[in-house]
Amino acid sequence: MVTRRELTIGEIRELAAAVPDPEMPMLTLDDLGILRDVRRDASGTVTVTITPTYSGCPALDAIGEDIRGCLAERGETAVEVRTRLSPPWSTDWISAEGRRKLAEHGIAPPPERGATTGGTFVPLSVRCPNCGSPRTRELSRFGATACRAIHVCAACGEPFDHVKPL
Amino acid sequence: MPEETGAQTAVVDTAVAAYVLRLGDDTLIASHRLAELVASAPQLEEDVAVANISLDLLGQARSLLSYAGRTEEQLTGVLRTEDDLAYLRSENQFVNCRLVELPNTDFAHTVVRQLLFSGFVFELYSELADSTDETVAGIAGKAVKEVSYHRDHAARWTARLGDGTEESARRMEAALDTAWPYVAELFTDDDVTRTVAEAGVGVNPSKLRPAWDAFVDRTLQSARLERPRVPPITGLAGMSGRDGVHTEAFGYLVAEMQHLHRSHPGASW
Repeated sequence: MVTRRELTIGEIRELAAAVPDPEMPMLTLDDLGILRDVRRDASGTVTVTITPTYSGCPALDAIGEDIRGCLAERGETAVEVRTRLSPPWSTDWISAEGRRKLAEHGIAPPPERGATTGGTFVPLSVRCPNCGSPRTRELSRFGATACRAIHVCAACGEPFDHVKPL
Repeated sequence: MPEETGAQTAVVDTAVAAYVLRLGDDTLIASHRLAELVASAPQLEEDVAVANISLDLLGQARSLLSYAGRTEEQLTGVLRTEDDLAYLRSENQFVNCRLVELPNTDFAHTVVRQLLFSGFVFELYSELADSTDETVAGIAGKAVKEVSYHRDHAARWTARLGDGTEESARRMEAALDTAWPYVAELFTDDDVTRTVAEAGVGVNPSKLRPAWDAFVDRTLQSARLERPRVPPITGLAGMSGRDGVHTEAFGYLVAEMQHLHRSHPGASW
């Protein structure tokens, strides 16, 4: 008789971390920085805790389903996905790899505020992900998803999305 | 004396449930008014903006109403879910401030309502982020970052329209005159706010007024608009939205918001 081995917490975390975001599928949950915690209780139930990017983010339910689905494929059927608001998600939690993937897909990543040395925060211009020019302007602070704004490049004329700082 | 402690806790919990319900209702109704503009905002980018702002507010409302329901359950033993609270209460059971229910009328009215309301909740959530109640602090800490974008959006439109054409300025003045009488209600303390403030869970809204005044005055000045000189308006017998007494427009909003859920209970897609 073959019995399936129970996955370790590390394996479960790895699987959940690799689930793609439904609205920006080039990013994994890990790239986005929304995976908070993975644990298994005494009864064997797995609890995965994620944090929403925005309070009303409609992708959150789909993300929960995707996590349950990918773990079910590996035999983990007792899975609960919880959300936690505090501390609030920040675009600073998007990984370096995530920023690189965003730019590669034509979406300007958020500014890296962690890199500033304090003092007055002066926002740098958003570079065009298509031609690299800093000559861009904000067209609309609200875009196709809660986390994006729309910019346009004066050099190449292309409009593009920007993950706005939160 | 354990009984006294218990009684004291019940008093605080009752106030917390009532307080969080107010916050949830304010946010839900503000969200619904903006949702009415989806597909009919004055320009495409604005359509996207009102949809996004409305969605943020709806997310905040869901967290707040769920928490109000759970807090109430501890006292009554009966759970009302976020859907029960949003869709199955009647008009006079909503305790939102009247400002958020004011109709869109024209875009200036929407901008002014959003300016005054998001200015208020920005100050409120900034304070509540330090609440002794972990859930309230978590919701507020998240929401304040979103509301900061909403407030800025309304302030930019205020500057563009107030300092725009003669017509846009005239409409902004009219919208300010319409909304201003409902401002005082936002900052009125009562037994509920005093109880939650004392417990460190909430704040007395009068405390938020100086910061709100400074923001609104600064914004109006940048838009070459003046602070209206119109007196506050009270509802029937001196009551207000917090007592369930609303403006005429509110009944229509509630009817539209609830009709699908009431006509098709349990509908899903």
